[in-house]
Amino acid sequence: MLTQINQKYLKIVIFTLSLVPIFFIIYKIITNQLGPEPIKDITHHTGKWTLYFIVITLAMTPLKKITKLNIWINYRRMFGLFIFFYASVHLMTYVGLDYRFDIISIGDDIIKKKYIFIGFSAWLLLVPLALTSNKQMIKILKNKWKKLHQLIYLISLFGAIHYLWLVKRDLTEPLIFLSVILILLAFRFKFKKN
Amino acid sequence: MKNYKYSEITPEKVYIKRRRFIKSIGLGLGSLTLGSMSLLNNAHSLENNSELTSYKDITTYNNYYEFGTGKSDPYKNSQEFKVKPWNVSIEGEVENPITLSAEEILSLYPSEERIYRLRCVEGWSMVIPWMGFSLSKLLNKVSIKTEAKFVEFESIYDPTQMKGQRYPVLNWPYKEGLRIDEAMHPLTTVVTGLYRKVLPNQNGAPLRIFVPWKYGFKSAKAIVKIKLVRKMPTSSWMKASPREYGFYSNVNPNVSHPRWSQASERVVGGSLLSPRVETQMFNGYGDEVANLYSGMDLKKYF
Repeated sequence: MLTQINQKYLKIVIFTLSLVPIFFIIYKIITNQLGPEPIKDITHHTGKWTLYFIVITLAMTPLKKITKLNIWINYRRMFGLFIFFYASVHLMTYVGLDYRFDIISIGDDIIKKKYIFIGFSAWLLLVPLALTSNKQMIKILKNKWKKLHQLIYLISLFGAIHYLWLVKRDLTEPLIFLSVILILLAFRFKFKKN
Repeated sequence: MKNYKYSEITPEKVYIKRRRFIKSIGLGLGSLTLGSMSLLNNAHSLENNSELTSYKDITTYNNYYEFGTGKSDPYKNSQEFKVKPWNVSIEGEVENPITLSAEEILSLYPSEERIYRLRCVEGWSMVIPWMGFSLSKLLNKVSIKTEAKFVEFESIYDPTQMKGQRYPVLNWPYKEGLRIDEAMHPLTTVVTGLYRKVLPNQNGAPLRIFVPWKYGFKSAKAIVKIKLVRKMPTSSWMKASPREYGFYSNVNPNVSHPRWSQASERVVGGSLLSPRVETQMFNGYGDEVANLYSGMDLKKYF
């Protein structure tokens, strides 16, 4: 078994690896390697990594059950915070870089475009989870904490549907994300029954 | 905005000089500021959106699903595409149906440079120096019957060469259409080249249509058939999603699309700091074409 010190190092390694996608895009910006629509590239990159971290976060509980190792749970909250981090960079790219804080146009988009509506809703729902992700809040909220954080199930579906609704023609990738998320969610029900 | 005359566009030499000058300023300040970062330098280059989009962007950033759905797929997958021999038939409600080779068409109708804006339905735009001539010249050759009310364009179907056609992404072959008066409008162009060069395969070689006041997908590429018909044709995109893509598909900032903003657009080739640009009615060609639609509710006939 891993000692406590090793676990701490492992956490630092995982934290650093989780930052690679953001460093990757920053490197591309600085070296001018983005395509003819650089803002779109950043938006897509951060959006996709939000979905990857949703999948990673949701996979921790099933992995714990399958491997019968508790260690996975130690990283679940951190991965959850990376969902919030990438979702926020994604949102800020759209709000700040693309629309330059043009609140009227953005409000119009949220009302008229259902994929933006559901994506924005997903981000709003992430906020209370991010705010209550520290140890003190776990102690304060006790049983309610778990209930509150089950919101991630809904958020994950919103995220996948956001992607599904925005693609133009080829639905393959969003459907893969949606299926993987549904499978990971199905694990929850299975365990409850058992 | 008007269509650009060549004289209004910055000549390449001046443009390069200007870029060098801007770069040199950037490099000079580079030791003190972030000015050497290319993304900041580029911010100057698109201050007015009349600047030509670079040859590289025009030829590597394409929507041409016959060669794949990614923006760089057409460039990657079209290099082996054979454009010789190539025939275009003009048929349907005409007195003299005819089949012409691409070479015949090129020699019959000399191409001129036509600098037009391209607005994609996805919310991005380019300024392209096409080579071409008005489609009306070609249509006048066949004596259109009075029964003909619409023109249908058909692109080539060849899944052995176009791997995108092996999947039912769209209803192949690609079809598009115009009302006869739209097709006869002098701005409606048969494109034969760009940047004074032969038309690259990924841009629709050997011959494509370009309709500057409509969203890009209305301009069919690699056409093999022009058919004069009585009834409004159903285009491939209308078939795919009639709620999203109408027959007219005029650039219209007042008609919103479920996915993309049509009120504004991003100019391709801009930097992270270049702002969105307001989309103009009929893509800025309203003076020339608005009269084609007088009395029509363009929200209904989108």
